[in-house]
Amino acid sequence: MKYMLLIYNNPEQQPQYGTPEFEAMMGGFFAANEKMKADGVLVDGESLNEPDTATSVRVKAGKTETMDGPFAETREYLGGYYIVDVPDLDTAVTYAEMIPSAAFGTIEVRALMDYNPAG
Amino acid sequence: MTKPAAPIAINNAIENVLRHDRGRLIAGLTTRLHDLQLAEDALQDALISAMSHWGRSGLPHSPVGWLMKVGLNKGIDRVRKGQSETRKADDLMIVSAKHAERLDDEPIPDERLRLIFACCHPVLEEKSRVALTLRTVCYLTTREIAAAFLDNDVAIGQRISRAKAKLKEAGVAFEIPDQEVWPARLDAVLSTLYLIYTVGYVSEDESDRDLAAEAMFLLRLLDRLRSDDPEIEGALALVLLTEARRKARIGTDGATVPPEAQDRSLWDTHMIREGQEILAQAVERGRPGPYQIKAAIADCHMSRPKPDWQQISLLYGSLWVHEPTPVVALNWAVVMAELGKTDLAVQKIEALGTTLKDFQPYYAAYASVLGQAGRTNESRAAYERAIELAQNSSSRRFLEKKLQQENN
Repeated sequence: MKYMLLIYNNPEQQPQYGTPEFEAMMGGFFAANEKMKADGVLVDGESLNEPDTATSVRVKAGKTETMDGPFAETREYLGGYYIVDVPDLDTAVTYAEMIPSAAFGTIEVRALMDYNPAG
Repeated sequence: MTKPAAPIAINNAIENVLRHDRGRLIAGLTTRLHDLQLAEDALQDALISAMSHWGRSGLPHSPVGWLMKVGLNKGIDRVRKGQSETRKADDLMIVSAKHAERLDDEPIPDERLRLIFACCHPVLEEKSRVALTLRTVCYLTTREIAAAFLDNDVAIGQRISRAKAKLKEAGVAFEIPDQEVWPARLDAVLSTLYLIYTVGYVSEDESDRDLAAEAMFLLRLLDRLRSDDPEIEGALALVLLTEARRKARIGTDGATVPPEAQDRSLWDTHMIREGQEILAQAVERGRPGPYQIKAAIADCHMSRPKPDWQQISLLYGSLWVHEPTPVVALNWAVVMAELGKTDLAVQKIEALGTTLKDFQPYYAAYASVLGQAGRTNESRAAYERAIELAQNSSSRRFLEKKLQQENN
């Protein structure tokens, strides 16, 4: 079963470059990535550009409206994701715990829908 | 808003550098630090540094040069921390200062030849050579190696650690072997790479990492780093000429198809031509050897309209001089049967019976030759034994088909 680990955090609360916390965070990401790779569960993972670079698009009555900025004004934004292929939710959660952002943000674990109407 | 570090993006960029250049980095670090495990640990430290440095300023002008320089310093740090005899660290410092300066602007020398020779050193068991080469030079994970060899990854991981420790204990220098030991050392390398190839070639599942492709990569690399050795060229040609037929190897019924019965339209003519050109170049050097001869045999199997059995038999005669092994004798006997000398072939094969007991290809060859000699009952019995010993479903299916033909 594939799960997406969505990484939400408040950019203001992320450790800043030059601090020991920053080093620990980057090292933690490296370690998490290595572990997922060594366990053969890593399918994909990407970082997203900053939320203020987002463009939100809506089509209303056939007319396209674009808006600079993210869809919703919140504190925590989607900053990146991993997709892991693991047997169950519990295992997916153990990988979510390894992501350093879990300490100052939130990792949302969502299963990719396995749509099989016949099954 | 502050620009957030993009750890996964940086990690992906690092991965990308590693995928192309990890072998070169490990080779360069090992050559300077004289210890494979230390080189790997040092590179790991450098990668963690890269995460935070590249996280701020983006990728450096030369990521490989950056990692080599930082890795070397990390390695020296580790030596300093780990041992009281500071002399060794001081020695390394002098070397590294020279290298570090060079690394900034000059292209990094490719030291992978030394690394391959160390990974395939005769002090290691064959299986360890395979695992260590795949891990160190090709950057496969232990899990991927384990999957290819139907082993568990803990066992493969331990095997790799033991192999690294053994190289250290045995004081194996990370050097290109001298002229007088070159043939023996090269043979250990080529047999390792060829084994990697065959494991990939007969593998029936679609794994992520195709070992046949890894072996071709390694042989091409070897040929590039040492471009005047006819046996390296011979091994590369052999692999290309075999690989060219890979798509035709298994028929629609799932049974193995021998080269003479294959659908030739499935052969990769481009790859065949490349293999033939490389082989011709090797032969011109006038230093024949077993890999060149095996490549020539593979080529003659593809002669039109049918294999050139006469020529193949002569080539086995030459191969026998280099490799007087039971397996060569067995294959030679099969060729004799193709030339109509079935009784002689049966005799030759029977003479091998005690040495090749329980060797599946022995019974398959014996069965086929007995069939050609008209000795149906004995042929059937040999097919049954071969089927029992078959290692994979495609060769089992092939043998069952042959047995059925004998029954009719």
